[in-house]
Amino acid sequence: MEFIKAENVRFSYDEPDEEQPDKPVHEVLKGIDLSIERGEFVALLGHNGSGKSTMAKMFNAMLTPTSGKVLVDGMDTADETHTFDIRRQVGMVQQNPDNQLVASIVEEDVAFGPENLGIAPAEIRRRVDEALKVVDMYEYRTHAPYKLSGGQKQRIAIAGILAMETACIVLDEPTAMLDPRGRAEVMDTIQKLNREKGITIILITHYMDEAVQAGRVIVMDSGTILTQGTPRDVFAQVELLKTHKLDVPQATELAFRLHSAGCGLPNCVLTIPECVDALELLLTKKGAAQ
Amino acid sequence: MTPILETQELCYTYGVETPFEKKAVQNVSIKIEQGDFIGVIGHTGSGKSTLIQMLNGLIRPTSGKVLLAGKDIWEEPKKIRAVRFRVGMVFQYPEDQLFEETVLKDIQFGPRNMKLTENEIEQRARDAAKFVGLPDELLDKSPFELSGGEKRRVAIAGVIAMDPDVLILDEPTAGLDPAGRDVLLSEIVSYHKIRGNTVLLVSHSMEDVARVADRVLVMNASHMQMFDHTAEVFAHDKELESIGLQVPQVTKIMAELKSRGYPVETCLTVEQAVAQLLPLIKKGGDRV
Repeated sequence: MEFIKAENVRFSYDEPDEEQPDKPVHEVLKGIDLSIERGEFVALLGHNGSGKSTMAKMFNAMLTPTSGKVLVDGMDTADETHTFDIRRQVGMVQQNPDNQLVASIVEEDVAFGPENLGIAPAEIRRRVDEALKVVDMYEYRTHAPYKLSGGQKQRIAIAGILAMETACIVLDEPTAMLDPRGRAEVMDTIQKLNREKGITIILITHYMDEAVQAGRVIVMDSGTILTQGTPRDVFAQVELLKTHKLDVPQATELAFRLHSAGCGLPNCVLTIPECVDALELLLTKKGAAQ
Repeated sequence: MTPILETQELCYTYGVETPFEKKAVQNVSIKIEQGDFIGVIGHTGSGKSTLIQMLNGLIRPTSGKVLLAGKDIWEEPKKIRAVRFRVGMVFQYPEDQLFEETVLKDIQFGPRNMKLTENEIEQRARDAAKFVGLPDELLDKSPFELSGGEKRRVAIAGVIAMDPDVLILDEPTAGLDPAGRDVLLSEIVSYHKIRGNTVLLVSHSMEDVARVADRVLVMNASHMQMFDHTAEVFAHDKELESIGLQVPQVTKIMAELKSRGYPVETCLTVEQAVAQLLPLIKKGGDRV
């Protein structure tokens, strides 16, 4: 079932110049068509300035298109009477955990969202407890957020969205400031929400090994969609990605280089185990080189 | 030769004699030679930020010493400012600290505090801008008109302009896209090569550290866990994983092949792995 739909979305941060109506405005989004199903896990890639964060802000009506349309669960984001309902459906997690925690106690922070929705206290209690258990932070419920690690803070931010019971979570580079363990914690949580709770995930990231975990990868460049598909389809296009200032996982790059050098490797491997197995197959098959 | 930077039994404790007393760095003794390129890794809270803040005298060790070119930096506490010119520090998200009207003035702020002549200040700022790839036409703009990546460069140039003997960068590539990260890293590498000074790079990106560092310092739970050549450190993949770190994907792949009995060595980059694997594949790769 289609949950989010973008139709020919154009967007510019500049207002048209009234004195020079012919002067072209800089368009950040240049006619995006996109649809995201309920329960999907989508990774949005693109270099800085490609328009991906602007696109993400369209999904919960933080921005509305200059022209074109974004529909969330059938509601037009440009219609202000829907804004509140749209934000009950689509929550957002930002890059810097310190900018989005508001309370001095973890559980109060998680309760902030549902409190603003006017939910009854007993129900808030239930939701906060459940959300903290899902992100595996229940035992920290009475701690002070500022004493937590970056990964823990991000999981609290995610719990805050969960407690609002949104159908979809948009995460804008949630792991950019985290160490390897913090990144793994956040990615595991995201996977779990998607698989076990059926929450629609839209993940913006610069880490290709995270994008590989999504069901679909959308690559943006200069305000348009460059390519999209399963991670395997997208990362098979190593050269296309590189010319658009993007990376591929090292495992993919290694296999690609060997493949290009004439070794009989599949041209798209995504993970470390896949790469090791493919190499082993090649090494045991004597004289596999062409 | 005297190491440019040395620490002896360096310790730092936050909140001494309070209920919140916390040992952040314990007994770190290292020697860093002139011209070294050192990667510093460790999970959040491992003590690496506290350690580097002691290296340029921002915080004073609870016990132990920091020697800069053989001299204890706290011997004369009133002269600690001079140490901060010689050990330059680029903090995380340094672009948040830009404040001047123009890019050039912002870069000149450090050298101006060093009481140099106007000509020297100008020259140093322009050279520093070149090192980080800032084109001349940006220098008269307001730093707030620039993109995130450009602002980051301005902030780094501001420290480079002081011409420090030791340059410490805390997560200089965090939040940049892959292309921006690659360009900035290679600028830092070429700056290091040309100036021949010492660079410490603190990073959560094992790929970046593996690519550029000669030696790697690993911090774990306030102690120094390892300090060795990069290939040696990343050969300990299991140990690094157990302390919340990782090795680059390509290093992991080659380690796995090695453990399955193939004659390969520790690799730090995709290029190295290709160079090792190609001949092996061509000759059919007998197990040893």
